[in-house]
Amino acid sequence: MSSSLYSNSQTRGRWFEYVCLLATWSALFFLAVLLTVILWQGRGNLSMSFLSNFDDRLSPEKAGMLAGLWGSFWLMILTFLISVPVGIGAAIYLEEYSTDSWIARIIQVNLSNLAGVPSIVYGILGLTVFVRMFGIFAKGAIIERMTGNQVEGLFFAFGLNVPLPLGTTVISGALTLSLLVLPVIIVATQEAVRAVPGSIRHAALALGATKWQTIVTLVLPAAMPGIMTGVILSLSRAIGETAPLIMVGASTFLRATPADIEYPHELVTKPRATINAPFDEYTAMPIMVYSWAKQAQREYQGIASAGIIVLVTVLLTMNGLAIYIRNRSQQHLRW
Amino acid sequence: MQQVLFLCAGLSIVTMAGIVFVLLNESVYSVLGDQAFFQEIPLWKFLTGTRWHWDSGEFGVWPLLTSTLQVALIGGLVSVPLGLCSAIYLSEYATPRTRRVIKPTLELLAGVPTVVYGYFALMFVTPYVLRPLFGLVGLEVGTFNGLAAGIVVGIMITPLVASLSEDAIRSVPQSLREAAYALGSTRFDVSVRVVVPAAFSGIVAACLLAISRAIGETMAVVIAGGQNTPGGGLAINPLREVFTMTSYIVNVSSSDVEAGSMEYKSLYAVGLTLFVITLLMNIVSQWVMRRFREAYQ
Repeated sequence: MSSSLYSNSQTRGRWFEYVCLLATWSALFFLAVLLTVILWQGRGNLSMSFLSNFDDRLSPEKAGMLAGLWGSFWLMILTFLISVPVGIGAAIYLEEYSTDSWIARIIQVNLSNLAGVPSIVYGILGLTVFVRMFGIFAKGAIIERMTGNQVEGLFFAFGLNVPLPLGTTVISGALTLSLLVLPVIIVATQEAVRAVPGSIRHAALALGATKWQTIVTLVLPAAMPGIMTGVILSLSRAIGETAPLIMVGASTFLRATPADIEYPHELVTKPRATINAPFDEYTAMPIMVYSWAKQAQREYQGIASAGIIVLVTVLLTMNGLAIYIRNRSQQHLRW
Repeated sequence: MQQVLFLCAGLSIVTMAGIVFVLLNESVYSVLGDQAFFQEIPLWKFLTGTRWHWDSGEFGVWPLLTSTLQVALIGGLVSVPLGLCSAIYLSEYATPRTRRVIKPTLELLAGVPTVVYGYFALMFVTPYVLRPLFGLVGLEVGTFNGLAAGIVVGIMITPLVASLSEDAIRSVPQSLREAAYALGSTRFDVSVRVVVPAAFSGIVAACLLAISRAIGETMAVVIAGGQNTPGGGLAINPLREVFTMTSYIVNVSSSDVEAGSMEYKSLYAVGLTLFVITLLMNIVSQWVMRRFREAYQ
């Protein structure tokens, strides 16, 4: 009797372990099938011309994702430039200046709530605030009624032209994505800053450094690998974001890159185009994948898959970079 | 300098306030003096209506809600068992080496863009998995269906369930496990009768968070789920089309609707509904985590 009970619980335990093992592996199996199917479907369409051609609806075999590559490039650069300074600033305030004040607690709770807001809601926010600017610049709307003439944009030196409202431009997309990734960047930066030992700060303060000097010369450099890992990981999430970009009007079919910059060296040789690129129309890699995935013809399956391969390759490269930075910094830790 | 840093931190409050303002401004009361959505469609009609037909001016939210709940439910049925079992395996059974390999690979699943999942569901899961499977019992599966969308959404959120549950499970003190082993428990008893109950609040919070992610998921359901419910009514059958709240928002914004029209405003009303539901689930999840946490000293 007792021996059968014992063996019963033995087999039950064994079964349970198998079930858990199976669950873990089935998720990984799914990933393997997904990647295999995509690679298989896209293998015929991957070529250099796929990277250097524009989208093509008449002859799908010639379609390429040049416009999406440049669009995503501009989106990522601008999102980085906007979200990183703000994110680090916010994290420093929360960690170094306002520990445990009521406002810091509210911001902290708010951050975790913001992280749970669906990305498409950020899209609605971006559409209203950046793309349309509440419609106040529209014909016959409040600005025209107050100033007497319709404002269409701000003109600066070097031919820089900022349209008002911002419309469906790269900068609208980048601002929206920045708001989306900020909570993640702030939390990652907070963790990195918190990991810097207090003794470092105390030593600097004891030697007469001001709080700001301590932060800039000691805390931030020490926390930088952690911060960069968090930033790259959240940007790699942002580069695959599709829904908010559809909301803020990334084109689903566009045969042009922002400001017609098609080669990296043109960033330097055409400075006027470079400063105006953020205010041009754009498309992005995931948007192109979405628009190809919607096409019914069979030819588009290969193209969509090829697009996914390029997108996932960029994403994995970014992830790899983040892991590399993290591992490298762990070797250099001296305290 | 401190003021500048404060402004950076305050931006998160401004963002939240901005989201709330934008959603309320077009749906409840417009500060610029236009008619808002709920001033033209009474709230109770929106919340009780079972048909969504903008041509005839019927804006009952239930077709969209049932679609969303259907996808989230299927996603939950996939991700909760998978994620929880993976978490138990990783923390209680796997060797440290196995965990070091499997964990990052699982997280890759969460890193794949959702548009890829949608494409995979449409091109592979529906035609090559669901069609043959349901064909055996003589059921027809639509090109667009809630089941395929729900399955890929479930796979997508599995890493979230797994890693949050694993955090909860690993925070159960080792002494509890050792005590159970000392009393003659098997590994199964320790996992199921000691560790999981002790980590229960964290696991529930993880599941709530994941389901709320599934509710807000967009691209997979837009591509694989469809652009309408059967006849514009409730979405009951998972083998037929669904039209989730998120799909609706994408659908309206990619068609050329004019700002100020009813369709345009309905985007904000649906967005507000989505926002309120996901926010509530997040808050409940945080509350569960705090309220029911077992404290071990």
